[in-house]
Amino acid sequence: MGKYVFKRILMLLPVLIGVSLISFSLLHMVPGDPAELLSGEDANPEFIKAVRKEYGLDQPLYIQYFQFISHVIRGDFGISIRNREPVINLLKERFLFTLQLSFLSILIAAFIGLIAGVISSTRQYSLFDNMSMVGALFGISMPIFWFGLLLMLVFSVHLKWFPAGGKGTLWHLILPAIALGAASSAVIARMTRASMLEVIRQDFIRTARANGLREAIVIYKHALKNAMIPVITVFGLEFGYMLGGAVLTETVFSLPGVGRLMVEGIFQRDYPIVQGSMLLVASTFVVVNLLTDIAYALFDPKIRYE
Amino acid sequence: MSDERGRKTSQVREVWRRLKRNRAAIVGGIIVILFVATAILAPWLSPYHPNEGDLTKRLKASDREHLLGTDPLGRDVLSRVIYGARISLQIQIVAVVIAMFVGTILGMVGGYYGGTFDNLIMRLMDILLAFPGIFLAIAIIAVLGPGLTNLMLAAGIYSIPQFARIVRGSVLSLKEKEFVEAARAVGEKDFNILFRYLLPNSMAPIIVQTTLRMATVLLTASGLSFLGLGVQPPTPEWGAMLSNARAYLITAPHVATVPGLAIMLVVMGFNLFGDGLRDSLDPRLRD
Repeated sequence: MGKYVFKRILMLLPVLIGVSLISFSLLHMVPGDPAELLSGEDANPEFIKAVRKEYGLDQPLYIQYFQFISHVIRGDFGISIRNREPVINLLKERFLFTLQLSFLSILIAAFIGLIAGVISSTRQYSLFDNMSMVGALFGISMPIFWFGLLLMLVFSVHLKWFPAGGKGTLWHLILPAIALGAASSAVIARMTRASMLEVIRQDFIRTARANGLREAIVIYKHALKNAMIPVITVFGLEFGYMLGGAVLTETVFSLPGVGRLMVEGIFQRDYPIVQGSMLLVASTFVVVNLLTDIAYALFDPKIRYE
Repeated sequence: MSDERGRKTSQVREVWRRLKRNRAAIVGGIIVILFVATAILAPWLSPYHPNEGDLTKRLKASDREHLLGTDPLGRDVLSRVIYGARISLQIQIVAVVIAMFVGTILGMVGGYYGGTFDNLIMRLMDILLAFPGIFLAIAIIAVLGPGLTNLMLAAGIYSIPQFARIVRGSVLSLKEKEFVEAARAVGEKDFNILFRYLLPNSMAPIIVQTTLRMATVLLTASGLSFLGLGVQPPTPEWGAMLSNARAYLITAPHVATVPGLAIMLVVMGFNLFGDGLRDSLDPRLRD
């Protein structure tokens, strides 16, 4: 197991280097002189010169890259062009918010998806099964931002059950989390159903039933435990996608998340902000994937001997 | 040669026979056909010009004159949704063709030659995939800047890894088969083996992926436009229309709901049709 984890972490390095290279080169790929871009609009030549010197933009590219990396490792993502604040301060707060939102979202998605998937599999082709599979189709086909607006229209504007935006309490997060989790709950429901159907047909389930175990124990203890293995992978992947998809939810509900921060950064040409958000979200996704793979290996010993 | 052609037609017929029996796939296919027809016939179908509004008739609810009402600038919502089909279809086709073309070639070459080159390609794909979902498209837009052309490029690049992985997988399993070894034994050139043996036999997963990707690309592209990073107003793009209508959610909810409904229907159509195609092309995958 230790060897597998080590190998998996080693494979992660090139990806992280690639991600950092992409984030680093952002400033050099957009048209214009990086020093002028970092100085902001209407900066005087003296200031631009100072910025060029301070950021080492007069050095060769590879040295700049190493400087970028050594700064990032120390938690220094540069200074925001717009409000001259360290990017890390902005990122910290915004990223924690997005993490919270995604976490709540995956909880909701897992709850709905698992229940729908398990019931559907035990009553294949029943009315419940058909309805939840049609529901899943809607889930994967609805644009997040549209579903978010609909939820807001119905539950905030008309029924006044939830606030229409902003942050503060858990109550503020419920609608955005549902909007963000809809597609994932659909994916989890489909996956759970398919996986359960496969497990239920296996011999050990027949044996358990033949031994006279109660159906509930057969399904929830024996079948579900085995069916969950492939579903775990989906959890990790979906959680990662939420970090990305959160940008849409955050925009609909005007929430201060990292996705929104990045989009604002793009509009305001605040490149250090964009670089920092890109790097942070992608690295988190990579680490989440690593943890998912390790969890998968823990539950399914076969995978380790590949 | 005629023998081979005969076998191909019977294959197509078999797939069609299975597809016809799949009710969900038929529904999906009909939605897709209606969508494409709307896009092509937009100038004849739409009752008004999509970008010319009457400011005295702002945010009107549905009536006989304007079936789906008017938007904040007094433009006919129905006409704008109809023209929106054109923009969407254009984005979908360009983006998916870019992804299919580049992804297929990368996947074929990587899978066939293996070794360092394959490793390099796949690590590159891993790096692209490290940006979750729409985030990758946003990152690309951050470099290229907003706009229709860049949106199509971003949505295209964003879909390359999926094609590369699927085609690579297919080529890896095919290249060990006897007919490929036989071709190599009789001295066929690599180019011929790639394009005359491996590619035709990888078509099934490529076609399925193309169809399903049309759905994902529409969701991503309309999402980017919703954020203001894609198609810019006044172009009647569905995501951009929705974004514009947010401020009028309470007074005129139809302006925001209609374009979203259009996106959902079309995405659903491609998903249903793609799932059906997968089942028909490879019956072993059915449960």
